Amino acid sequence: MREMLRVEDLWLSLGEKQVLKGVNFSMNYGEVHMLFGPNGAGKTSFIMALMGFPRYRVDQGKIYFKGEDVTERDIHERAKLGMGISFQRPPTVRGVTLRKFTELILNGKGREEIMGIAERLNLLDHLDRGLNEGFSGGEMKRSELFQLMVQRPDLVFIDEPESGVDLENIALVGDAINSLLGKDKVKDPKRGAIIITHTGYILDYVNADKGYIIFDGTLVCGGNPRDILSEIKRFGYKRCAVCR
Amino acid sequence: MSISKAFLSDIREKAEGAKEKKAALGPDIDLSRYSHHIERGRIESLEGLPQQAREAATMAGIDVKEETRSGSYIQVDHSVVYERLNKGYEGKLEIMSTTEALRRYDWLEDYYWKAVPVDQDKYTAQAEINMTHGYFIRILPHQKLDYPVQACLLVAENHVSQNVHNMIIVEEGAELQVITGCALSKSDAEGIHVGVSEFYVKKGGKLFFTMIHNWADNFHVRPRTGAIVEEDGMLFSTYVLLKPVKSIQMFPTVYLRGNRASAKFNAILYGLKDSYIDIGSRVVLEGEDTRGESIARVIAGDESVIYSRGDLIAKTKEYCIAHLDCRGILSSTRGRIYAIPQLISDGASKAELSHEASIGPIAEEQVEYLMSRGVSREDAISVITSGFLNLDIPYLPQFLDRNIKEVIKATAKESM
Repeated sequence: MREMLRVEDLWLSLGEKQVLKGVNFSMNYGEVHMLFGPNGAGKTSFIMALMGFPRYRVDQGKIYFKGEDVTERDIHERAKLGMGISFQRPPTVRGVTLRKFTELILNGKGREEIMGIAERLNLLDHLDRGLNEGFSGGEMKRSELFQLMVQRPDLVFIDEPESGVDLENIALVGDAINSLLGKDKVKDPKRGAIIITHTGYILDYVNADKGYIIFDGTLVCGGNPRDILSEIKRFGYKRCAVCR
Repeated sequence: MSISKAFLSDIREKAEGAKEKKAALGPDIDLSRYSHHIERGRIESLEGLPQQAREAATMAGIDVKEETRSGSYIQVDHSVVYERLNKGYEGKLEIMSTTEALRRYDWLEDYYWKAVPVDQDKYTAQAEINMTHGYFIRILPHQKLDYPVQACLLVAENHVSQNVHNMIIVEEGAELQVITGCALSKSDAEGIHVGVSEFYVKKGGKLFFTMIHNWADNFHVRPRTGAIVEEDGMLFSTYVLLKPVKSIQMFPTVYLRGNRASAKFNAILYGLKDSYIDIGSRVVLEGEDTRGESIARVIAGDESVIYSRGDLIAKTKEYCIAHLDCRGILSSTRGRIYAIPQLISDGASKAELSHEASIGPIAEEQVEYLMSRGVSREDAISVITSGFLNLDIPYLPQFLDRNIKEVIKATAKESM
């Protein structure tokens, strides 16, 4: 299986704080990786840096995507290359409606496709509202996945898909992620994901190939995501401090 | 029968007394610089307008084909070049120049200069002393039209002072939409547009008034607007300025005189180049259960200076309610925005007046969010800017809404 993403010795700062300290990571096309870790460990910083948000300053290291060094590429360029992100708490953009924005993503084409996806994600009534304006937690998640399904990235970063979503809607979110990854039809060998999860509920709906724990800015272990989750449930993260 | 000479002479005397009176706000303009007088001939149809004028009118919301208009009034410089009333509306609607209306109706003494004081400042005085027409639109009681009336005031020459006096009367129970486009068809012209507008909305009447201004770098504008709304009447006013202007200062005032009268002002302002923009709206709540709302969306780019004002003045002892909402984006380090809301409760112990005002940059977080979906930085800023200015104004005819959105989009792109 070919490599899709490779991260070499990534050191990252957010303001004055060193948030990642030499992370090495790689994943192949079509794989789904789960990231676990306590609050403030650097999980969100990691995916934000992969997407190219300039607040997350790369002090050292390289990011390769599809064999290309993207470390200096801006967000828009990385998105064009095939990266996408679902935010945990996306900003509100008043006046820019979900319909208008998704049409912009598609350069004014594919209006029927937009309606179809919106219907599937139960978002038809939200199309003419400002982005995330007055959206509930579940609506935000569905709106994020809706935008990504329109964008169709090859590699998607999903930050806590379960947070703020009731149990009933987690299934819908899980289905949307599978659809986004092309796993609801014949498996799409290309598309991959890095998913941050605290609770692990999403593992009931999305099959993951590998799991990692980020602890204090470093990747401390990798393995079967369900095994890692059950370890975390039994012992919390306190063993990570020893383990690393 | 025409308005009486004695009445006019009294008005003229007041105007003469205010000839040198500086306006309370805005830079003072030397009116003597703009003394060029231009008369134009009539045209048979709007498509007969010279190309530049036709384009300027179209950009200001004017439908030159008139397919979706109940009537049109077009003035170029100092001449009325075109008036037309859809045949189906004869006896329901009147469109003519104010000069003609003053000749025709003596009862205009009850309206002429009653909503705006003729001696307010040198500009109102100029509009009276050197009046060069303006439109008179009146809809008769209980009439409603399928389409709006359009009025266009164009300036096509240098050193002109276009001094119009517009009047709109919405009689009892009637409903009227008016689209006014004021524009310069000679983009480098230096000059001034002085526009007095008096609106009267009678009992239960509704007036939807939309004004689009497209001026240019060397042009001054001094509108003076007053409106009186009677019982259960409503004024819905939308103002759009998206092109540069040398200076503009206006503070339209609506007097909600009758019980349950209401008014809403929307303003969409985009400051470009070194435009000096001082625009507000004032709602005076005089009747019981009157309601007012004033919304402004303001962007200051380049070296523009924008004053966004709003006054809510409650004068009734009975319940009334009004709200001001002004939001600004400063998109240039050389630009300036002043948001100046003012709430006055004058013995109005039951009045509920409120305001919110904010000024900030285009949020980088929003730009990056849009970029993360594969949209370029330029497109992201453009779409956020357009979205900020789009007020989604209710009751606005669809074509005009589309037109405003297109102008906003083009302006946002242009200004990048």
